[in-house]
Amino acid sequence: MNINFTLVAQAIAFAVLIWFTVKFVWPPLLKAIETRQKEIADGLAAAQEGRSALEVAAKKSEATLNEAKQKATEIIGQAEKRATQIVEEAKTNAKVEGDRIIAGAKAEIDQEVNRAKEGLRAQVSSLAVAGAEKILRKEIDAKAHSDMLSKLAAEL
Amino acid sequence: MTTEHAQQAEHALTPSNYIAHHLTFNAHPLGDGGFWTLHVDTLVTSVVLGLLVMGLVWWVARGATAGVPTKRQAFVELVFGFVDDQVKNIFHGDRHSFIAPTALTVFLWVFAMNAMDFLPVDIFAKFMHSLGFDTWRAVPTSDINTTFALALAVWFLMIFFSIKAKGLGGWIHELFCSPFGSKIWVWPANFLFNMIEYVSKPLSHSLRLFGNMYAGEVIFLLLGLWAATGLTGTVAAAVLGAGWSIFHILIVALQAFIFMMLTVVYLAMAHESH
Repeated sequence: MNINFTLVAQAIAFAVLIWFTVKFVWPPLLKAIETRQKEIADGLAAAQEGRSALEVAAKKSEATLNEAKQKATEIIGQAEKRATQIVEEAKTNAKVEGDRIIAGAKAEIDQEVNRAKEGLRAQVSSLAVAGAEKILRKEIDAKAHSDMLSKLAAEL
Repeated sequence: MTTEHAQQAEHALTPSNYIAHHLTFNAHPLGDGGFWTLHVDTLVTSVVLGLLVMGLVWWVARGATAGVPTKRQAFVELVFGFVDDQVKNIFHGDRHSFIAPTALTVFLWVFAMNAMDFLPVDIFAKFMHSLGFDTWRAVPTSDINTTFALALAVWFLMIFFSIKAKGLGGWIHELFCSPFGSKIWVWPANFLFNMIEYVSKPLSHSLRLFGNMYAGEVIFLLLGLWAATGLTGTVAAAVLGAGWSIFHILIVALQAFIFMMLTVVYLAMAHESH
């Protein structure tokens, strides 16, 4: 075996290589790998979070949907009730109005009848006066007997 | 594969010449020679490989995005995650500031240096010869200087972290008071044990890698020799060479992994007090 100065030269080369690796090779590789590891871990955590958030949202949407359905049913029930009420009200109103119209018509009819009666009365009295005039002619003083005749007409 | 060894036989090389030639370093004396010699092939190959591998990783790391990674980035992150997981299981301190990057450097660099063994020995030698280098050993980790340099560097780091974690007093206390306890009459035994540990750690660390890679290289050379003995030898060496290459993929990766793991274990142990 021949140990010689090559040993020293090799040791120096070794030292330089170690220095180079420590300084320039190892840190960037370590940084890249550790950053990626962190990113992957973060990504996995975010995915997990997203999955649970999705679950919560699904539950929430289901609850909202149920609530909406319940509300809709309620509204429909209320509307039906209201419709019935309106129909009932309308019926009542119509009846009242009908009765009122009928009563009005009856009153008008009575009025007409009375007016007709008045007219007839007036005509009857004048007819009676004219008849009596023709019958009684001169004997009868229209002036003296008009009071009596109008009394007669009023009794009709 | 190894059939090109037939050409080598035409140059009338003896087997020992062939092997010796392939196992000769491109040594460059600095002054007196002896210890002051530089294996240019080992140094240049390892530095080029180190720059190539760490440069590639740096290039990817510079453009790394935290978003969807490219296939290139995903591959680098795969290696990163593999090394980081191993370190995380062994060392329970702030691994990102030093130990994990060191483990990545060791793993990739040693893997790249080991992987030079996949190149067919003779084709690579011919290529380097054509560039004017008569001898050029391709696998830096089959040079004991490389493995010992790495192991010693780790050894010094180990002592440094040990002192940093426990203080100088704590470290010396541990030298004398573990593993058998703090009674004064067991101090010599403790110290002896610790010395054996401190000596055996870098030795086993470096020699394991060196032995594996050196043996792998020698087996390729032996198969190359066999390939030069005729048609039967060529076929047999080609088949066995393919098998050994495939098996070597495992060894190359495994030895790089073991070297990295021991580095991490030694550095992690330095942080633990007994």
